Amino acid sequence: MDLFEGNLELKEIQKLEGHTDRVWSLAWNPTTGVSGIPAMLASCSGDKTVRIWQQNGHSWECKAILDETHTRTVRSCAWSPSGKLLATASFDATTAIWENVGGDFECVATLEGHENEVKSVSWNASGSLLATCSRDKSVWIWEVMPGNEFECVSVLQGHTQDVKMVQWHPNMDILFSCSYDNTIKIWAEDGDSDDWHCVQTISEANNGHSSTVWALSFNSKGDRMVTCSDDLTLKIWESDSKTTSPVGDGYAPWIHVSTLSGYHDRTIFSVHWSREGIIASGAADDAIRFFIENKDGLIDGPSYKLLLKKEKAHDMDVNSVQWISKETRLLASASDDGTIKIWELASLP
Amino acid sequence: MVSGLINANPVVYERKERRIRDPVAHADEFPYKWYMHADIKDPEHPYSLEELKVVTEDAVEVDDKHSHVRVTFTPTVEHCSMATVIGLCLRVKLMRSLPSRYKVDIKVAPGTHATEAAVNKQLNDKERVAAALENPNLVEMVDQCLTPTYA
Repeated sequence: MDLFEGNLELKEIQKLEGHTDRVWSLAWNPTTGVSGIPAMLASCSGDKTVRIWQQNGHSWECKAILDETHTRTVRSCAWSPSGKLLATASFDATTAIWENVGGDFECVATLEGHENEVKSVSWNASGSLLATCSRDKSVWIWEVMPGNEFECVSVLQGHTQDVKMVQWHPNMDILFSCSYDNTIKIWAEDGDSDDWHCVQTISEANNGHSSTVWALSFNSKGDRMVTCSDDLTLKIWESDSKTTSPVGDGYAPWIHVSTLSGYHDRTIFSVHWSREGIIASGAADDAIRFFIENKDGLIDGPSYKLLLKKEKAHDMDVNSVQWISKETRLLASASDDGTIKIWELASLP
Repeated sequence: MVSGLINANPVVYERKERRIRDPVAHADEFPYKWYMHADIKDPEHPYSLEELKVVTEDAVEVDDKHSHVRVTFTPTVEHCSMATVIGLCLRVKLMRSLPSRYKVDIKVAPGTHATEAAVNKQLNDKERVAAALENPNLVEMVDQCLTPTYA
């Protein structure tokens, strides 16, 4: 796929307006955008609402506004793998679960327990577990029960400051969390006991970040991870994917591969790895950048290079960048300017 | 806030002469930069941040070309627990007055606060700031400090 070497441009397809405050986070419905099903995107905002956007031909329309449930900022949203449920995490200390019933979204459950702001929510690959994290420094794991019941199965303590994001591994039940305490923690379940514990902490002492870690994302195979930080760097990590057992002697720790520095000028809030291997990052410098693995210089181990930079992608900070999960080069970005933009990474003729 | 003041007897300095009387109305005119902060009231005292030398003219750097503002403030005492509130007031004042293209960094002057790094980190984490500004008690406190004290 030598398209990477060609001239690429980031084409703005559409600007989605409607939120009345900063847009924090985005999530593409993973079951849409294929087989003639129009692509669906959820966005959440400081205006306390969630909006559902749907592709209609060549344009996107707001199909639903999910309001009057969260009483404060909605910080993060995530679709279940089946695309039927949407989880939303709010500064009001709750996580809401919404069910898509024929295009209408009903709040079917509210998960309470965190002491204060919930900052992120993530479903595992099978949709059987949900993770949430909060300024209260804890990470909670919830089991999805029949009848839209959610039971907390573990409260994970370990971070010393608020936890910014939780993200499940794309094909193993291993949970990753990153924090204001500058670390990334990796959590796995004990073989027999249903107990979750921290199996690895990546801190500055082992090539980790020197300030808040805001987000992380995995490549499609799940053997590499990228993290982004207030320290203005992106870091690439690798684990031996041949190992299937996440705990005990079989646990393959994540090892630092590469640090991408000198690109962003201000805090990097979001990073997302596309299925075909392009890393997108969005930052407080209003720019979106794209990186790919540099296949030329394998002698010194893997390295990554800047593929494309889009200055002034938004009028203000870029808070979220999300590739559509399918084999097209569509990307959505969300900003403090209250807008969402749909982009296509296109080859120049 | 009647008893238990962090700094019971602050040194009060004279206010500088103003050229612009209504800083917000003249927000598009440079250099308006410093007046905006000078008139913020201290959370503990009936004095402005200028009168307590928490913020001085030199401490506000504006780079119009790069849309960047850097504010360095000096808490009156090293252990001032009001430092984050003062910083929050500065940030809110700037958010309300400046065109949205500006990036704002707010820092405690080096060596003037016991937990300098922690205060700086919190003031420049926009998620923490956003959450703080949804707290009605804190917003009330900030609004009181931002009420114009001088005509």
